[in-house]
Amino acid sequence: MEFYQRDRTLQPAGYTPIYKTSVARSPRQAMLSLQGSLSESTGPVFGQNELGPLDNDLIRNYAKDGDPIGERIIVHGRVLDENNRPVPHTLVEFWQANAGGRYRHKKDTYLAPIDPNFGGCGRALTDENGYYFFRTIKPGPYPWRNYVNSWRPAHIHFSVFGSGFAQRLITQMYFEGDPLIKECPIVHVIPDEDAINRLIAPIDLNGSIPLDTIAYKFDIVLRGRRSTLFENRLEGN
Amino acid sequence: MVQSLDYLKETASQTAGPYVHIGLIPKQAGFDIFENNFTNIMADENTRGERIVIEGRVVDGTGTPLRDALLEIWQANSDGRYNHELDRQRKGEVDADFRGWGRTGIDFDTAIYRFETIKPGVVGGRNGRDMAPHINFWIVARGINIGLNTRMYFDDEQDANAVDPVLNLIEQTERRKTLIATRDDSGPMPVYRFDIVLQGENETVFFDV
Repeated sequence: MEFYQRDRTLQPAGYTPIYKTSVARSPRQAMLSLQGSLSESTGPVFGQNELGPLDNDLIRNYAKDGDPIGERIIVHGRVLDENNRPVPHTLVEFWQANAGGRYRHKKDTYLAPIDPNFGGCGRALTDENGYYFFRTIKPGPYPWRNYVNSWRPAHIHFSVFGSGFAQRLITQMYFEGDPLIKECPIVHVIPDEDAINRLIAPIDLNGSIPLDTIAYKFDIVLRGRRSTLFENRLEGN
Repeated sequence: MVQSLDYLKETASQTAGPYVHIGLIPKQAGFDIFENNFTNIMADENTRGERIVIEGRVVDGTGTPLRDALLEIWQANSDGRYNHELDRQRKGEVDADFRGWGRTGIDFDTAIYRFETIKPGVVGGRNGRDMAPHINFWIVARGINIGLNTRMYFDDEQDANAVDPVLNLIEQTERRKTLIATRDDSGPMPVYRFDIVLQGENETVFFDV
Protein backbone atom coordinates (compact mmCIF):
# COMPACT_ATOMS: atom_id res chain seq x y z
CA MET A 1 0.00 0.00 0.00
CA GLU A 2 2.24 2.68 -1.31
CA PHE A 3 1.56 6.40 -1.07
CA TYR A 4 0.39 8.81 -3.72
CA GLN A 5 3.25 10.60 -5.36
CA ARG A 6 4.16 13.71 -3.39
CA ASP A 7 2.93 16.86 -5.14
CA ARG A 8 6.17 18.82 -5.35
CA THR A 9 4.37 21.87 -6.76
CA LEU A 10 2.94 22.42 -3.28
CA GLN A 11 6.18 21.74 -1.42
CA PRO A 12 9.23 23.97 -1.09
CA ALA A 13 12.21 23.21 -3.27
CA GLY A 14 15.51 22.52 -1.54
CA TYR A 15 17.31 25.49 -3.06
CA THR A 16 15.49 28.69 -2.12
CA PRO A 17 17.89 31.68 -2.09
CA ILE A 18 15.44 33.94 -0.20
CA TYR A 19 16.10 31.62 2.74
CA LYS A 20 19.85 31.94 2.74
CA THR A 21 20.76 28.92 4.85
CA SER A 22 19.17 26.68 2.22
CA VAL A 23 21.77 27.65 -0.38
CA ALA A 24 24.64 25.50 0.93
CA ARG A 25 22.39 22.81 2.39
CA SER A 26 20.32 21.86 -0.65
CA PRO A 27 21.17 19.03 -3.03
CA ARG A 28 22.01 20.06 -6.61
CA GLN A 29 21.36 16.70 -8.24
CA ALA A 30 17.79 15.64 -8.97
CA MET A 31 16.24 13.35 -6.41
CA LEU A 32 15.77 9.81 -7.66
CA SER A 33 12.08 8.89 -7.74
CA LEU A 34 11.38 5.57 -6.02
CA GLN A 35 8.25 3.52 -6.25
CA GLY A 36 7.16 2.60 -2.75
CA SER A 37 8.42 -0.58 -1.14
CA LEU A 38 7.98 -1.86 2.40
CA SER A 39 10.80 0.47 3.43
CA GLU A 40 8.67 3.51 2.67
CA SER A 41 5.15 2.21 3.32
CA THR A 42 5.88 1.06 6.87
CA GLY A 43 6.98 3.23 9.77
CA PRO A 44 7.37 3.32 13.54
CA VAL A 45 4.37 2.82 15.82
CA PHE A 46 4.09 4.60 19.18
CA GLY A 47 1.88 3.90 22.19
CA GLN A 48 0.14 6.09 24.74
CA ASN A 49 2.18 4.35 27.44
CA GLU A 50 5.27 6.10 26.07
CA LEU A 51 3.85 9.54 26.85
CA GLY A 52 3.45 11.23 30.21
CA PRO A 53 0.18 12.72 31.51
CA LEU A 54 1.40 16.33 31.06
CA ASP A 55 3.11 15.85 27.72
CA ASN A 56 0.35 17.79 25.91
CA ASP A 57 0.11 20.60 28.49
CA LEU A 58 2.89 23.12 27.89
CA ILE A 59 1.42 25.39 30.56
CA ARG A 60 2.12 22.75 33.20
CA ASN A 61 4.77 20.39 31.88
CA TYR A 62 7.70 22.58 32.90
CA ALA A 63 6.06 24.82 35.53
CA LYS A 64 8.30 25.32 38.54
CA ASP A 65 6.66 28.00 40.69
CA GLY A 66 3.65 29.12 38.65
CA ASP A 67 2.25 29.31 35.15
CA PRO A 68 4.30 30.65 32.25
CA ILE A 69 3.73 34.23 31.08
CA GLY A 70 1.64 34.67 27.97
CA GLU A 71 -1.71 34.26 26.27
CA ARG A 72 -3.24 30.94 27.22
CA ILE A 73 -4.20 29.01 24.08
CA ILE A 74 -5.43 25.60 23.01
CA VAL A 75 -4.28 24.23 19.67
CA HIS A 76 -6.38 21.40 18.33
CA GLY A 77 -7.23 19.72 15.06
CA ARG A 78 -7.04 16.52 13.12
CA VAL A 79 -4.36 14.65 11.27
CA LEU A 80 -5.91 13.50 8.00
CA ASP A 81 -4.58 11.96 4.83
CA GLU A 82 -5.15 13.03 1.24
CA ASN A 83 -8.11 10.64 1.07
CA ASN A 84 -9.73 12.73 3.84
CA ARG A 85 -9.43 9.86 6.27
CA PRO A 86 -8.22 10.34 9.84
CA VAL A 87 -4.73 9.17 10.76
CA PRO A 88 -5.34 7.54 14.14
CA HIS A 89 -2.84 6.87 16.93
CA THR A 90 -0.01 8.76 15.32
CA LEU A 91 2.60 10.76 17.19
CA VAL A 92 2.41 14.56 16.93
CA GLU A 93 5.23 16.57 18.52
CA PHE A 94 5.39 20.35 18.87
CA TRP A 95 7.86 22.96 20.04
CA GLN A 96 7.94 26.72 20.22
CA ALA A 97 9.45 29.89 21.66
CA ASN A 98 8.02 31.47 24.80
CA ALA A 99 5.77 34.55 24.83
CA GLY A 100 8.81 36.80 24.38
CA GLY A 101 10.10 34.90 21.36
CA ARG A 102 12.92 33.13 23.21
CA TYR A 103 13.62 29.41 22.95
CA ARG A 104 14.80 27.28 25.84
CA HIS A 105 17.83 26.12 23.88
CA LYS A 106 21.52 26.40 24.63
CA LYS A 107 22.14 27.92 21.19
CA ASP A 108 19.47 30.66 21.39
CA THR A 109 21.05 33.92 22.50
CA TYR A 110 18.18 36.33 21.79
CA LEU A 111 17.95 38.98 24.51
CA ALA A 112 14.33 38.26 25.44
CA PRO A 113 14.35 36.32 28.71
CA ILE A 114 13.85 32.62 29.30
CA ASP A 115 10.59 31.94 31.15
CA PRO A 116 11.44 29.80 34.19
CA ASN A 117 8.07 28.07 33.95
CA PHE A 118 8.08 27.26 30.27
CA GLY A 119 9.89 24.43 28.51
CA GLY A 120 8.33 24.87 25.09
CA CYS A 121 7.72 21.33 23.89
CA GLY A 122 5.07 18.67 24.05
CA ARG A 123 3.57 15.73 22.23
CA ALA A 124 0.35 13.81 21.79
CA LEU A 125 -1.03 10.77 20.04
CA THR A 126 -4.05 11.32 17.81
CA ASP A 127 -7.17 9.45 18.88
CA GLU A 128 -9.12 7.02 16.68
CA ASN A 129 -10.55 10.01 14.75
CA GLY A 130 -7.14 11.53 14.11
CA TYR A 131 -7.85 14.26 16.67
CA TYR A 132 -5.14 15.86 18.82
CA PHE A 133 -5.05 18.82 21.20
CA PHE A 134 -2.65 20.60 23.49
CA ARG A 135 -2.55 23.63 25.74
CA THR A 136 0.23 26.20 25.66
CA ILE A 137 0.92 29.93 25.62
CA LYS A 138 1.07 31.86 22.38
CA PRO A 139 4.67 32.16 21.20
CA GLY A 140 6.16 35.56 20.36
CA PRO A 141 7.83 36.62 17.11
CA TYR A 142 11.61 36.98 17.13
CA PRO A 143 14.42 38.31 14.96
CA TRP A 144 16.78 36.09 13.01
CA ARG A 145 19.71 36.58 10.69
CA ASN A 146 18.53 36.19 7.16
CA TYR A 147 18.43 39.82 6.26
CA VAL A 148 19.58 41.95 9.19
CA ASN A 149 16.00 42.91 9.95
CA SER A 150 14.18 39.60 9.44
CA TRP A 151 11.51 38.58 11.94
CA ARG A 152 9.82 35.24 12.25
CA PRO A 153 6.05 35.41 12.63
CA ALA A 154 4.78 33.68 15.75
CA HIS A 155 4.75 29.96 15.02
CA ILE A 156 4.65 26.48 16.49
CA HIS A 157 6.76 23.71 14.98
CA PHE A 158 5.02 20.39 14.32
CA SER A 159 6.45 16.94 13.67
CA VAL A 160 4.08 14.21 12.47
CA PHE A 161 4.70 10.56 11.63
CA GLY A 162 1.66 9.01 9.95
CA SER A 163 1.67 5.27 9.42
CA GLY A 164 4.54 5.02 6.91
CA PHE A 165 8.00 6.56 6.89
CA ALA A 166 7.29 8.31 3.56
CA GLN A 167 4.59 10.36 5.32
CA ARG A 168 7.06 11.82 7.79
CA LEU A 169 6.55 15.59 7.93
CA ILE A 170 7.81 18.62 9.79
CA THR A 171 6.05 21.92 9.39
CA GLN A 172 5.16 25.14 11.18
CA MET A 173 1.79 26.52 12.22
CA TYR A 174 1.16 30.26 12.01
CA PHE A 175 -1.55 32.36 13.64
CA GLU A 176 -4.43 34.07 11.88
CA GLY A 177 -3.87 37.78 11.46
CA ASP A 178 -0.11 37.88 12.02
CA PRO A 179 1.28 40.67 9.78
CA LEU A 180 4.74 39.10 9.77
CA ILE A 181 3.59 36.06 7.78
CA LYS A 182 3.64 37.93 4.49
CA GLU A 183 7.21 39.16 5.12
CA CYS A 184 8.75 35.85 6.11
CA PRO A 185 11.27 34.21 3.73
CA ILE A 186 10.77 30.81 5.37
CA VAL A 187 7.02 30.98 4.74
CA HIS A 188 7.61 32.05 1.16
CA VAL A 189 9.81 29.14 0.18
CA ILE A 190 6.41 27.47 -0.33
CA PRO A 191 5.55 28.09 -3.99
CA ASP A 192 1.76 27.98 -3.65
CA GLU A 193 -0.35 30.62 -1.94
CA ASP A 194 -3.10 28.19 -0.92
CA ALA A 195 -0.51 25.85 0.56
CA ILE A 196 0.77 28.77 2.65
CA ASN A 197 -2.74 29.62 3.80
CA ARG A 198 -3.22 26.04 4.95
CA LEU A 199 -0.43 26.61 7.49
CA ILE A 200 -2.31 29.50 9.12
CA ALA A 201 -4.53 28.42 12.01
CA PRO A 202 -7.76 30.36 12.47
CA ILE A 203 -9.07 31.41 15.85
CA ASP A 204 -11.71 28.88 16.86
CA LEU A 205 -14.05 30.49 19.37
CA ASN A 206 -16.14 27.33 19.58
CA GLY A 207 -13.10 25.41 20.73
CA SER A 208 -12.23 28.00 23.36
CA ILE A 209 -12.86 27.74 27.08
CA PRO A 210 -14.81 30.92 27.99
CA LEU A 211 -13.00 33.26 30.41
CA ASP A 212 -9.98 30.94 30.34
CA THR A 213 -8.27 29.90 27.09
CA ILE A 214 -8.71 30.80 23.43
CA ALA A 215 -8.40 28.10 20.75
CA TYR A 216 -6.76 27.83 17.35
CA LYS A 217 -7.61 25.01 14.99
CA PHE A 218 -4.91 23.39 12.89
CA ASP A 219 -5.48 20.37 10.66
CA ILE A 220 -2.56 18.54 9.12
CA VAL A 221 -2.80 16.49 5.94
CA LEU A 222 -0.38 13.64 5.24
CA ARG A 223 0.02 11.73 2.01
CA GLY A 224 -2.71 9.25 1.16
CA ARG A 225 -2.27 5.57 0.45
CA ARG A 226 -3.19 4.18 -2.91
CA SER A 227 -6.01 1.68 -2.80
CA THR A 228 -5.31 -1.81 -4.00
CA LEU A 229 -7.29 -2.04 -7.25
CA PHE A 230 -5.64 -4.49 -9.63
CA GLU A 231 -2.57 -4.41 -7.45
CA ASN A 232 0.84 -5.24 -8.86
CA ARG A 233 2.74 -7.75 -6.83
CA LEU A 234 4.60 -5.47 -4.44
CA GLU A 235 6.35 -7.55 -1.86
CA GLY A 236 8.51 -10.60 -2.12
CA ASN A 237 8.39 -13.39 0.38
CA MET B 1 -16.82 21.44 -15.87
CA VAL B 2 -16.28 17.96 -14.56
CA GLN B 3 -16.83 16.44 -11.15
CA SER B 4 -14.30 17.45 -8.56
CA LEU B 5 -11.84 15.03 -7.04
CA ASP B 6 -12.24 15.17 -3.30
CA TYR B 7 -8.64 14.65 -2.35
CA LEU B 8 -7.05 16.88 0.24
CA LYS B 9 -3.64 18.42 -0.36
CA GLU B 10 -0.61 17.42 1.65
CA THR B 11 0.41 20.03 4.22
CA ALA B 12 3.49 21.96 3.10
CA SER B 13 6.76 21.22 4.83
CA GLN B 14 8.75 23.86 6.67
CA THR B 15 12.28 23.69 7.97
CA ALA B 16 12.82 22.05 11.36
CA GLY B 17 14.91 25.11 12.23
CA PRO B 18 17.91 25.48 14.51
CA TYR B 19 15.99 24.56 17.66
CA VAL B 20 14.54 21.24 16.51
CA HIS B 21 16.20 19.66 19.55
CA ILE B 22 13.69 21.32 21.90
CA GLY B 23 10.80 19.39 20.47
CA LEU B 24 12.36 16.10 19.49
CA ILE B 25 15.42 15.60 21.71
CA PRO B 26 15.07 18.19 24.50
CA LYS B 27 18.06 16.89 26.46
CA GLN B 28 20.32 18.07 23.67
CA ALA B 29 18.68 21.52 23.85
CA GLY B 30 19.85 21.56 27.46
CA PHE B 31 16.86 20.59 29.59
CA ASP B 32 14.99 17.60 30.93
CA ILE B 33 11.22 17.55 30.55
CA PHE B 34 9.87 14.15 29.45
CA GLU B 35 9.96 10.97 31.51
CA ASN B 36 10.47 8.94 28.36
CA ASN B 37 12.83 10.19 25.65
CA PHE B 38 13.32 8.84 22.16
CA THR B 39 16.95 8.07 21.51
CA ASN B 40 19.63 6.68 19.22
CA ILE B 41 19.91 3.40 21.19
CA MET B 42 17.60 1.10 19.26
CA ALA B 43 18.46 -2.36 20.55
CA ASP B 44 18.34 -3.80 24.05
CA GLU B 45 19.82 -7.02 25.42
CA ASN B 46 16.92 -9.07 24.04
CA THR B 47 17.02 -7.78 20.48
CA ARG B 48 18.08 -10.40 17.96
CA GLY B 49 20.85 -9.73 15.49
CA GLU B 50 24.35 -8.37 15.20
CA ARG B 51 24.95 -5.23 17.27
CA ILE B 52 26.35 -2.41 15.21
CA VAL B 53 27.13 1.28 15.47
CA ILE B 54 26.46 3.74 12.67
CA GLU B 55 28.46 6.93 12.74
CA GLY B 56 29.05 9.76 10.36
CA ARG B 57 28.82 13.38 9.45
CA VAL B 58 26.43 15.46 7.40
CA VAL B 59 28.37 17.86 5.20
CA ASP B 60 27.13 20.96 3.37
CA GLY B 61 28.09 22.28 -0.08
CA THR B 62 31.12 24.13 1.30
CA GLY B 63 32.52 20.97 2.91
CA THR B 64 31.49 22.11 6.39
CA PRO B 65 29.93 19.50 8.68
CA LEU B 66 26.51 20.39 10.09
CA ARG B 67 26.19 20.50 13.85
CA ASP B 68 22.48 21.20 14.10
CA ALA B 69 20.83 18.50 11.99
CA LEU B 70 18.50 15.81 13.29
CA LEU B 71 18.46 12.32 11.81
CA GLU B 72 15.97 9.50 12.06
CA ILE B 73 16.42 5.99 10.78
CA TRP B 74 13.91 3.22 10.08
CA GLN B 75 14.93 -0.33 9.40
CA ALA B 76 13.93 -3.97 9.32
CA ASN B 77 15.06 -6.44 11.98
CA SER B 78 17.68 -9.14 11.50
CA ASP B 79 15.12 -11.33 9.70
CA GLY B 80 14.33 -8.53 7.28
CA ARG B 81 10.94 -7.86 8.86
CA TYR B 82 9.59 -4.41 9.66
CA ASN B 83 7.75 -4.03 12.95
CA HIS B 84 4.56 -2.85 11.21
CA GLU B 85 1.24 -4.44 10.32
CA LEU B 86 1.69 -3.89 6.58
CA ASP B 87 4.77 -6.10 6.51
CA ARG B 88 3.18 -9.41 5.51
CA GLN B 89 6.33 -11.08 4.27
CA ARG B 90 6.19 -14.83 4.78
CA LYS B 91 9.59 -15.15 6.40
CA GLY B 92 11.19 -14.70 9.78
CA GLU B 93 9.42 -13.04 12.68
CA VAL B 94 8.76 -9.59 14.05
CA ASP B 95 11.05 -8.91 17.03
CA ALA B 96 9.04 -7.55 19.97
CA ASP B 97 12.27 -6.06 21.34
CA PHE B 98 13.02 -4.01 18.26
CA ARG B 99 10.89 -1.13 16.97
CA GLY B 100 13.39 -0.41 14.22
CA TRP B 101 13.34 3.36 14.60
CA GLY B 102 15.83 5.75 16.15
CA ARG B 103 16.44 9.47 16.38
CA THR B 104 19.50 11.55 17.16
CA GLY B 105 20.97 15.01 16.83
CA ILE B 106 24.41 15.64 15.50
CA ASP B 107 26.80 16.29 18.37
CA PHE B 108 27.34 20.06 18.72
CA ASP B 109 31.06 19.58 19.50
CA THR B 110 32.23 16.66 17.37
CA ALA B 111 29.81 17.12 14.43
CA ILE B 112 29.27 13.33 14.47
CA TYR B 113 25.95 11.49 14.62
CA ARG B 114 25.70 8.00 16.07
CA PHE B 115 23.15 5.18 16.27
CA GLU B 116 23.42 1.88 18.10
CA THR B 117 21.28 -0.74 16.44
CA ILE B 118 21.39 -4.17 14.80
CA LYS B 119 22.19 -5.05 11.24
CA PRO B 120 18.98 -5.58 9.24
CA GLY B 121 18.28 -8.54 7.00
CA VAL B 122 17.23 -8.71 3.37
CA VAL B 123 13.75 -7.22 2.75
CA GLY B 124 11.46 -8.27 -0.07
CA GLY B 125 11.11 -5.55 -2.67
CA ARG B 126 8.72 -4.86 -5.53
CA ASN B 127 7.95 -7.61 -8.03
CA GLY B 128 9.60 -10.24 -5.89
CA ARG B 129 13.06 -8.71 -6.09
CA ASP B 130 14.88 -8.73 -2.76
CA MET B 131 16.42 -5.53 -1.45
CA ALA B 132 19.89 -5.75 0.07
CA PRO B 133 20.11 -4.99 3.80
CA HIS B 134 19.66 -1.25 4.17
CA ILE B 135 18.62 1.46 6.60
CA ASN B 136 16.29 4.32 5.67
CA PHE B 137 17.49 7.80 6.66
CA TRP B 138 15.54 11.02 7.07
CA ILE B 139 17.45 14.25 7.66
CA VAL B 140 16.08 17.61 8.76
CA ALA B 141 17.83 20.81 9.81
CA ARG B 142 17.85 24.54 9.59
CA GLY B 143 18.17 25.34 5.87
CA ILE B 144 16.53 22.07 4.79
CA ASN B 145 13.03 22.96 3.64
CA ILE B 146 11.71 19.43 3.37
CA GLY B 147 13.17 16.32 4.99
CA LEU B 148 15.71 14.47 2.87
CA ASN B 149 15.31 10.72 2.35
CA THR B 150 18.18 8.43 1.57
CA ARG B 151 19.32 4.88 2.29
CA MET B 152 22.43 3.37 3.79
CA TYR B 153 23.73 0.05 2.47
CA PHE B 154 26.55 -2.12 3.85
CA ASP B 155 29.96 -2.59 2.22
CA ASP B 156 30.17 -6.21 3.44
CA GLU B 157 27.04 -7.12 1.43
CA GLN B 158 28.58 -6.84 -2.02
CA ASP B 159 26.61 -9.68 -3.61
CA ALA B 160 23.26 -8.43 -2.32
CA ASN B 161 24.14 -4.83 -3.22
CA ALA B 162 25.02 -5.87 -6.77
CA VAL B 163 21.42 -6.99 -7.42
CA ASP B 164 19.62 -4.47 -5.22
CA PRO B 165 16.79 -2.95 -7.28
CA VAL B 166 17.18 0.52 -5.79
CA LEU B 167 20.97 0.80 -6.11
CA ASN B 168 20.59 -0.40 -9.68
CA LEU B 169 18.21 2.44 -10.46
CA ILE B 170 21.05 4.90 -9.99
CA GLU B 171 22.21 5.54 -13.52
CA GLN B 172 25.63 6.94 -12.61
CA THR B 173 27.23 3.86 -11.07
CA GLU B 174 29.84 6.03 -9.34
CA ARG B 175 27.09 7.68 -7.32
CA ARG B 176 25.92 4.34 -5.86
CA LYS B 177 28.98 4.47 -3.62
CA THR B 178 27.49 7.45 -1.79
CA LEU B 179 24.97 5.07 -0.19
CA ILE B 180 27.41 2.41 0.99
CA ALA B 181 28.74 2.55 4.54
CA THR B 182 32.21 1.31 5.40
CA ARG B 183 32.66 -1.27 8.14
CA ASP B 184 35.36 -0.80 10.78
CA ASP B 185 36.05 -3.74 13.10
CA SER B 186 38.84 -2.15 15.10
CA GLY B 187 36.69 -1.32 18.15
CA PRO B 188 34.55 -3.32 20.60
CA MET B 189 31.52 -3.09 18.30
CA PRO B 190 31.52 -3.00 14.51
CA VAL B 191 31.13 0.56 13.30
CA TYR B 192 29.70 1.47 9.91
CA ARG B 193 30.78 4.93 8.80
CA PHE B 194 28.28 6.74 6.68
CA ASP B 195 28.76 10.37 5.72
CA ILE B 196 25.96 12.26 4.03
CA VAL B 197 26.97 14.98 1.59
CA LEU B 198 24.16 17.45 0.98
CA GLN B 199 25.64 19.13 -2.06
CA GLY B 200 28.55 19.19 -4.48
CA GLU B 201 31.24 16.62 -5.13
CA ASN B 202 30.19 13.16 -3.91
CA GLU B 203 26.69 14.45 -3.24
CA THR B 204 24.62 11.71 -1.63
CA VAL B 205 21.82 10.25 -3.71
CA PHE B 206 18.52 11.39 -2.21
CA PHE B 207 15.19 9.81 -3.01
CA ASP B 208 11.79 11.22 -3.81
CA VAL B 209 9.97 8.44 -2.01
